[in-house]
Amino acid sequence: MKRPSFPFVSRVSAPLRATYESLPSPVRRWTMPALLVVFFLVALLSPSFLNLYWQQVLIYVGINIILTASLNLVNGYMGEFSVGHAGFMAVGAYVASILTVWVFPRWGLGAYVPYLFPVALLIGGLAAGLTGLVVAFPSFRTRGDYLAIVTLAWNMIVKSVLENIDAIGGPRGFMGMQKLTSVAWVYVWVVITIYLLRNLVYSNYGRGTLSIREDEIASSLVSVDTRKVKITVFVLAAFFAGIAGGLFAHIIQFINPRSFSILKSTDVLVMVYLGGIGSLGGSILGATVYTVLLELLRPLQVWRWVVGPLLLVLLMIFRPYGMMGMREWRFLVPREERVESVAALMARIRRKREAVAAPTPVGGSSD
Amino acid sequence: MQALIQQVLNALQLGSVYALIALGYTMVYGIITLINFAHGDIFMVSTYVAFFVGTALMSRLLHLPGIVVFVLTMLAAMFATALLAVLIERFAYKPLRQAPRVSAVITALGVGLFLENFTLATIGPDPRFLPKFFPVQTLTVGGVAFSNVQIIIIAVSAVVMLLLDTVVRRTMVGMAMRAVSWDKFTAPLMGVPVDRIISITFAIGASIAAIGGTLFGMVYTVDPYMGIRIGWWAFISAVVGGIGNIRGAMIGGYILGFVEIFTPVILPASTYRDFVAFSLLLVLLIFRPYGILGRPVAQKV
Repeated sequence: MKRPSFPFVSRVSAPLRATYESLPSPVRRWTMPALLVVFFLVALLSPSFLNLYWQQVLIYVGINIILTASLNLVNGYMGEFSVGHAGFMAVGAYVASILTVWVFPRWGLGAYVPYLFPVALLIGGLAAGLTGLVVAFPSFRTRGDYLAIVTLAWNMIVKSVLENIDAIGGPRGFMGMQKLTSVAWVYVWVVITIYLLRNLVYSNYGRGTLSIREDEIASSLVSVDTRKVKITVFVLAAFFAGIAGGLFAHIIQFINPRSFSILKSTDVLVMVYLGGIGSLGGSILGATVYTVLLELLRPLQVWRWVVGPLLLVLLMIFRPYGMMGMREWRFLVPREERVESVAALMARIRRKREAVAAPTPVGGSSD
Repeated sequence: MQALIQQVLNALQLGSVYALIALGYTMVYGIITLINFAHGDIFMVSTYVAFFVGTALMSRLLHLPGIVVFVLTMLAAMFATALLAVLIERFAYKPLRQAPRVSAVITALGVGLFLENFTLATIGPDPRFLPKFFPVQTLTVGGVAFSNVQIIIIAVSAVVMLLLDTVVRRTMVGMAMRAVSWDKFTAPLMGVPVDRIISITFAIGASIAAIGGTLFGMVYTVDPYMGIRIGWWAFISAVVGGIGNIRGAMIGGYILGFVEIFTPVILPASTYRDFVAFSLLLVLLIFRPYGILGRPVAQKV
């Protein structure tokens, strides 16, 4: 595969990486956690220096990152073509909203709703994950285009069911949620999502997922339990979509079945393929660029919905692998998986040689 | 009993339109295994062409009989839509023939959204009506009332489908199409001009959608979002019948027509029809993953 190169980016990132690699190893070990904590504090304090509009944009960016990364697990890493991600999002959004608006207050927990918000999100995510099985089971028998149609049908069914349940508002929608989603909450969920997905991708299950993408029959021959892997991946992707749905419901404070139509799913697809398949970094980049771009195009009004699809078509024609297709940012690769830079590799070999050349102590290694 | 026959006629009318559009999905899939998600919106554009041409002709050429204007309108819509489809194929899909298949599907989604939003931005969201080409007459036979428009829709669709079936099975072009669909690496070795055959397939699919669009516009309103709703239903028709199979698409179209008309008869509200249609699709795909007439493709290891 021809990989695109970005000379401008590497001109900025190369010196940064060199500085980072010159740091002593304990400092390097703690750089990332420290950065995450700093960003968390910034996110926590953001209401004091960002206006509501930019807070909202940031929150949308975060929600879209969760959606994109989880869909990337199915479409990018497992190589299936799911077009119904908004269906899972809808399940999470409705379940979490019903919990915070009806269930918790009815149990006399009304005052604690802001603290129970993560619980509501989790339950919403679990409910969505359970419905992920609806797509996982057909995937045992069908692949490719037909599975895409199954996911599409799933999206339409969810929307149609929600429109027909009058108790939760039917087509009029559901409201009454408090504005619980904040930049800090979204940030925390984004970090959790990316961390878990990264660990999954580089685990045995992750290798199984990749092998299904490359060749399902061959991977079952080398004893990958393809059914188990498929269930795990679909359920996990649906779970995170549900979390994103819950966050989404508690920022716009009004959801209706139309917000989770196939158009929403298409939006997520665009972000996945814009960022690049098989790359968590790509998902972060794709979601951020697309969300911010649409905000910047707001003055165009109706025409921005013309520009968006046009960009997508051009992107597919001229750069079919997206911005980061099959590549990954270094910090998203577990330490022991990282391909070292040539300089670091040479240094390590030199150290090893010196160690070998040094006289072995008496009673040392036998070989 | 009369009410039942009445509903059957309505279902046949709607099913005809679905079948005509489903043919475009299925033909393109059969030949290049691409789910052409833009097809529903191509159908939408065709009804707009019919609307503008029809309105212009009706106001300028009043001395022509209505049926002639109707035929002219339909021909104009067919030509414009075929041209649009060929251009889309040439500029959006052809560069991606060697790329991963998903890229082409995403492009198709993008083209569909583009057509839809472009129409929305330039023409606006208001629903429009095609002019009345000829007076609507209601005939009553044995207590069953039906209009001449209804008969025209059902009859024209049936003729078009028979014609297409003959073209695909009996002519050189049809043979070439089947050859490309069967094996697109060997077909060029046998002297089949693959690129031209693919373009012809897109043109035929789009003009059939335009016939469906003009017929549809005579009964229902025209708006930029119709490509989504009608297009998706036609797409399900194609899948239910077995995507890639032309006769399957026809059968699927009528099945979906019956589902849409008879859901409100059996269930309390018409809002359940999406649910019924898509559940049908889901169940069918679980038990017969390749549709009613589709044959499973053996996977080579």
